[in-house]
Amino acid sequence: MPFIPHTPADLEAMLAAIGVVDIDSLFDEIPAELRARGLDAVPPGMSEAAIGKLMRMRASSDGEPVCFIGAGAYDHHIPAAVWELVTRGEFYSAYTPYQAEASQGTLQLVYEFQSMVASLMGMDVSNASLYDGASALAEAVLMAVRANRKVKSTRVLVPGSLHPAYRDTVDTIVRNQGIELVDVAYDPESGRIDAVALEEAMAEPFVAMVIQQPNFFGVLELVDALTDAAHAHNAIVVGCVNPLAMTLLTPPGAWGTNGADIACGEGQPLGLPLSSGGPYLGLLACKQALVRQMPGRIVGRTVDLDGKPGFTLTLQAREQHIRRSKATSNICTNQGLMAAAATIHMAMMGPAGLTSAAQASHANTRTLAEKLTAIGGVEPVFTSPYFHELVVRLPVSAEDALRALAVQEVLGGYHLGRDYPELENCLLVCATEKRTEEEIDDLVHHLTRVVGRLDRPVCTRLKPAENPF
Amino acid sequence: MSNVPAELKYTKSHEWVRDEGDGTVTVGITHHAQELLGDMVFIELPEVERELAAEEECAVVESVKAASDVYAPLAGVVTAANDAVVDAPELVNQDPYGDGWLWRMSADDMSGLIDAEAYQAIVDADG
Amino acid sequence: MLIFEHSRPGRVNGVQLTTTAARDDDIPAELRRKAAPALPEVSELQAVRHYTQLSQKNFSIDTHFYPLGSCTMKYNPRGSNSLAMLPGFLGRHPLAPAESHGQGVLACLHDLQEILRDVTGMKGGVSLTPMAGAQGEFAGVAMIRAYHGARGDTARTEILVPDAAHGTNPATAVMCGYEVREIPTNDQGDVDVEALRAAVGPQTAGIMLTNPSTLGVFERRIKEIAAIVHAAGGLLYYDGANLNAILGKVKPGDMGFDVIHLNLHKTFSTPHGGGGPGAGPVAVSERLAPFLPIPMVGEEGGRFRWLTEEDRPQSIGRLSAHAGNVGILLRAYVYARMLGREGMHRIAEYATLNANYLMARLKTAGFEMAIPERRATHEFIVTLKREQKQFGVSAMDVAKRLLDYGHHAPTTYFPLLVPECLLIEPTETEERETLDAFVAALSAIAQEMVEQPELLKGAPHTLPVRRLDDVKAARELDLVWKPEAKQG
Repeated sequence: MPFIPHTPADLEAMLAAIGVVDIDSLFDEIPAELRARGLDAVPPGMSEAAIGKLMRMRASSDGEPVCFIGAGAYDHHIPAAVWELVTRGEFYSAYTPYQAEASQGTLQLVYEFQSMVASLMGMDVSNASLYDGASALAEAVLMAVRANRKVKSTRVLVPGSLHPAYRDTVDTIVRNQGIELVDVAYDPESGRIDAVALEEAMAEPFVAMVIQQPNFFGVLELVDALTDAAHAHNAIVVGCVNPLAMTLLTPPGAWGTNGADIACGEGQPLGLPLSSGGPYLGLLACKQALVRQMPGRIVGRTVDLDGKPGFTLTLQAREQHIRRSKATSNICTNQGLMAAAATIHMAMMGPAGLTSAAQASHANTRTLAEKLTAIGGVEPVFTSPYFHELVVRLPVSAEDALRALAVQEVLGGYHLGRDYPELENCLLVCATEKRTEEEIDDLVHHLTRVVGRLDRPVCTRLKPAENPF
Repeated sequence: MSNVPAELKYTKSHEWVRDEGDGTVTVGITHHAQELLGDMVFIELPEVERELAAEEECAVVESVKAASDVYAPLAGVVTAANDAVVDAPELVNQDPYGDGWLWRMSADDMSGLIDAEAYQAIVDADG
Repeated sequence: MLIFEHSRPGRVNGVQLTTTAARDDDIPAELRRKAAPALPEVSELQAVRHYTQLSQKNFSIDTHFYPLGSCTMKYNPRGSNSLAMLPGFLGRHPLAPAESHGQGVLACLHDLQEILRDVTGMKGGVSLTPMAGAQGEFAGVAMIRAYHGARGDTARTEILVPDAAHGTNPATAVMCGYEVREIPTNDQGDVDVEALRAAVGPQTAGIMLTNPSTLGVFERRIKEIAAIVHAAGGLLYYDGANLNAILGKVKPGDMGFDVIHLNLHKTFSTPHGGGGPGAGPVAVSERLAPFLPIPMVGEEGGRFRWLTEEDRPQSIGRLSAHAGNVGILLRAYVYARMLGREGMHRIAEYATLNANYLMARLKTAGFEMAIPERRATHEFIVTLKREQKQFGVSAMDVAKRLLDYGHHAPTTYFPLLVPECLLIEPTETEERETLDAFVAALSAIAQEMVEQPELLKGAPHTLPVRRLDDVKAARELDLVWKPEAKQG
């Protein structure tokens, strides 16, 4: 029996100790009409060897293409030691550290995580993590609305250059609390928040403003001016950033005259595999004054009975298990194991390693930009500086081009026309530090051929491979 | 052993009220309440000039194991808040009827409050 | 010692550096970071040693018995982990085309959707995207709200929650814009049906229930409860926290529930990871199907694709940037396939056997049960109210002393309704010898209570730290290391 250790002798002795004749008697309080009549859709059990074979076949069928897609998830190098350590049973199979004395490993690690994240973000404090970047932004918006006592409005300004899936996620989560997301258009030339649209949006009171840096298009926003403008209206500023970029760019805590109030972001670039989108890692940091409005678990350093330093969960009275309907959020579990990976990744890479990865990603993307725009008809769309992603317009159907590149085991970018009709046939492309000169040349080579071929009126559709399942 | 001074008025939700005789009252939480909550770690008070309705939630007292709302015992306007307890929440444990007071407010109608004897009965029923 | 205290300026882990030269003259100075972040500068060996040593300060399922009630701390199969971490799965970008580079992972997710649909008995379908139980709860209540809204039934403002419920239930209802009304529980651990009858009305949007309840007993009148809430026009939400107790034995759909979330990190043995990541898929009855969160996995002619806004226009929307915690879903899938049809209900059977055995032995050893007349489900509650009066020893003292005996403590002080309680959930993966050792430890502690209660009050004595000062932690917040603290 998989994962059940009982021998027939155990079973007999245990039933005798309970005083029942069989296991079924233990379920005698459940009304008979509720008993399940079988699980027809569940296949028969498999050995580890057999499921291993199936999973290996399926995993290999997804291939290992060369990836030029970013759009919120980035293909960075992860030191081998990171996941060897993270999957140690003592981290992998422990739970939320309620018994602090028996969880000092996890607790100290989270304290180190909070310290590293706060420092990267230029903020005073961080929590122990949230689910992912998008849901962290939603929690940051809720937190901003709770924390702002000066402005009574429920309007939150959200840039049109924010990751569209982030915008959708925030909407799903805050909608039922009467919060109104006000979209602020981006400037089609610079790719930044449009100054005129922003002024219009700021004409009425608003409680908070979201600024993404770099924004969804990879473009660098003018964060100082935006932050000061929002603060002039007594709004809370929420910075949503790529943590790896923070080794190069001004962190939210230093934006403008007084800094953003809350910083959040997606921790995936800090040692987490792409893994089809999750599990990732929601980051949330803030100024000291807002710490009690922060949702999620928080670890503090204290001392034990003998005065020896130790770590424990703190500020728990804000949380759902105590405060119930008045909690800051319903969140309980966070992404503990992912926070462990990010912490070990940051320690392993150090400031030099992380900066080097960020610099190399930027340099590779510049190379990619130069080579792509040298292809006839391929043009850059925005004029502003970028971090490690940019938008190019193709002279042909982007969907067809991506499909043709995929056949060559190259993922050529993300088609923005799916979310922005005005950016039809525009690709968001990214070259992390892992992309080599040869891989970039390979993409350029294939794309040159694809552009040349698709430019002609006849388009040959490729027949999909036979499904092996 | 709980401590319920006879000269004060009370609410069923464990606030005490002292009539200052000048149209204002001082409000705090009772000895019994602080004992139930345990060591205070954080206190949030209403802002001065805030207008309160009777039974409105207007302050929070937080211990390690619980966070509890404090309700306005009557209607009125906040005239002072005790910043000392914000800096040193343990004052509420050490001296709930003295240095651990929470806020002062204007007050006209004190008829909704109960006296020490009635409050003592509530404490006794709590066990 | 903190990792920062191992740091020395200029120490670089050279093997992790790229050789690509920086070319960043295009990034304007005003957008650049001025002061470098305070990250540790250590060698790779220092980092490996530091985090290995930290791990050794944890209790975990792999190292200790972990009977934490309501958390289902059972063995997390290594096979699930290694197969979810195959390179093809780990390296796949979330926006890689499903058609050419995703049929493998989508096939697994689709299979999992179907398995969960069957074990929950929810005919409307399954969405795997919620990233934890609490997010599954959020999705569930948001769907209830969307359902009423789509019918123009906007007068429903209240969600009913039994007073024994997990704190997430009321917190979730509030996040979804509802008011919460508590329903009392009787001394047998059942919902007070008369109080429920009095509470329902045209304002009732729904009720959130856990069955078996947090008191460790099966809610026997569930059909009647469902009928009362449905008759009032409300819907029933099932908190799947305790599904391990009835997996394959009872389907929540058959009990009359309209929506359920599952905690895959409990019932389907995905890792708890020191506090996440979890996964909280939701399953619904047919009337809630249009509102399921996106994306979901659809199948046509043996090919799989993501179902998004266009396919599901009434969806409550997205809960994450992509498709939730896919890596965790893969682990759950592997586990479900290893168990198979015949293995599913054995989970509930042996989890229940272990809990009842442990309860019987502890009763014999003289401990008082919170609800002694009832069967244990997969968990049960010991109350130390009597011991506390007699010896001045609290449930927390006993929990801490258990750590000295090499067992993780049960859940303490939950549910809030039972004074001085230990909520004990042994799970099906523990063998009898471990359960017996736990009984021996608790019996020894009971003896210590009488002879040397101070030993318990000062416990633990053998762990890396002794009892920690929670009050100092909350009053003098020290949440991040600061460089200047090093000299101090």
